[in-house]
Amino acid sequence: MKKEIARRKWLTGVFIVVCVIYLMPIFTVLMNSFKANAAINTDTFAFPNAQSYVGTDNYVNGINFGEYPFLKSAGYSLLITITSSALILVCTSMAAWYISRVNSVFARIIYYLCVFSMVVPFQMVMFTLAKTANTLHLDTPYTIPVIYLGFGAGLAVFMFAGFVKGIPLEIEEAAAIDGCGPLRTFFLVVFPMLKPVLISVGVLEIMWIWNDYLLPYLVLDRTKYKTIPIHIQYLQGSYGHVDLGAVMALIVISIVPIVVFYLTAQKYIIKGVVEGAVKG
Amino acid sequence: MKRRARKSNAALSGKLIRRPIQRMFPIFLLPTFIAFCIGFIYPFAKGIYLSFCKFTTTSNAKWIGIGNYIKAFQDASFMHAFQYTAMVAIVSLIVINLLAFAVAYALTRGIKGSNTFRTVFFMPNLIGGIVLGYIWSMIFDGILSRYGTSIVLSSTYGYWGLIILMAWQQIGYMMIIYIAGLQSVPGDLIEAAKIDGANGWHTLWHITIPTIMPSITICTFLTLTNSFKLFDQNLVLNGGQPFVFMADGTVIRSTEMLALNIYNTFYLNANSRGVGQAKAVMFFVLVATIALIQFSATRSKEVQQ
Repeated sequence: MKKEIARRKWLTGVFIVVCVIYLMPIFTVLMNSFKANAAINTDTFAFPNAQSYVGTDNYVNGINFGEYPFLKSAGYSLLITITSSALILVCTSMAAWYISRVNSVFARIIYYLCVFSMVVPFQMVMFTLAKTANTLHLDTPYTIPVIYLGFGAGLAVFMFAGFVKGIPLEIEEAAAIDGCGPLRTFFLVVFPMLKPVLISVGVLEIMWIWNDYLLPYLVLDRTKYKTIPIHIQYLQGSYGHVDLGAVMALIVISIVPIVVFYLTAQKYIIKGVVEGAVKG
Repeated sequence: MKRRARKSNAALSGKLIRRPIQRMFPIFLLPTFIAFCIGFIYPFAKGIYLSFCKFTTTSNAKWIGIGNYIKAFQDASFMHAFQYTAMVAIVSLIVINLLAFAVAYALTRGIKGSNTFRTVFFMPNLIGGIVLGYIWSMIFDGILSRYGTSIVLSSTYGYWGLIILMAWQQIGYMMIIYIAGLQSVPGDLIEAAKIDGANGWHTLWHITIPTIMPSITICTFLTLTNSFKLFDQNLVLNGGQPFVFMADGTVIRSTEMLALNIYNTFYLNANSRGVGQAKAVMFFVLVATIALIQFSATRSKEVQQ
């Protein structure tokens, strides 16, 4: 028993070291975001010292870098993520309920097409999807949620339908007998019961859309609209000499919301992200 | 319970549930259906059609049969990308799963701070591919610049760099799935094995691993599909560099994976878009095949239980 306790203590020690190493990349970015450009290249892993420390210069430069303001990109990222996720949650949960309760041939065909769409990689549709979005004027941050709903419907419908199948029909029958129409039954009775899946699907969609690069890059009119990933990639790609310090500062700014979101809703995030993978 | 529900379903819910909902089709299903057609069904069908056409934009497509597929097969860079992707997939599969399992195994021993460690390991998973690529290219170049080289100058460094990046990103994720599996291993089974004189390795090999086979299947296929679909990280870390210029004028981008190769075929040269679409269809068939194998593998496991 004593031996076991000693071994556990030793294991904890090992893990503390491993975790510190594991977080090194993030620390390094944070450190470098306060250093002068020259020092980032030559002393990547050194702490900022009196010579290399530049205060918040990198942050100021990063936000004002290029002819497109970073805060605009951040705003569009936030707008697209929130509206698209909300649209997906409401529309696909309704669709999934319709599909499982009506269960007609047409509904089943839609369901299997949704399942099928989950195995189709984005490269398969990227060119035609971008052209379609362009033709239908779905290429602005205000209309792109429709594209996200369409391309993301598969997994969401699949997860919602799986859960709805487990809800006993008697509850909805009782609501119907009490005079609820389908709309009221869904929003007052079924929707609240979907809470655990709503959270899981919501987390999955938020993580996907916030970090997505290629879809908005191809769909959006890039001269007018950028998201954070597009903005960061564009800084690196379009200037011969890159202001590394500014890029590091922008990376810090873009990671902070994710870390805060993660630390506050960790339990749901881990559950949601993993459930999507295990079921999909 | 189930049978009764089904019986009442047939008798009652036709009138109460099914038909009223069906009348609400325009509200419940139509929005998703239209978006699904715009965002998936039409682009998919059109994509299949265009793979048999010569085109630079969707309106000037001319049917040319399987010519694009033949060209794709003759494209040395596509074959190279396929091999390279397979090599990344196999090595990352082994590295990620071994490490993730080891971490999960250690963190289910009831050591102090397990939850904190878990939080730390999972965190990189939430960072997007573009940002991940920059973080790691900065780190690799920070190390390599001391030796006068860079991640974009050597395909060996590019390869191992990508493996390290993927491991850092995915270990935490697979760890969570393994932890869930390990927690479902019955404690009395391990107790019984111990009483029968089995040592740690024996219990791990003969009891723990066979019971968590479903988790192993899931993680194996997940890492496999993740590698095949990898794009953002590949694009940012080194963008396929270094490039090798062949005698016949073609370029082989030595660290370019399948998804990036398809992207480059589309957007570096507008005249090769037909070939790009043909490559994309083959890419889709490949990814779908992996998913089908996974599906049947998990199915057969369920039957056994």
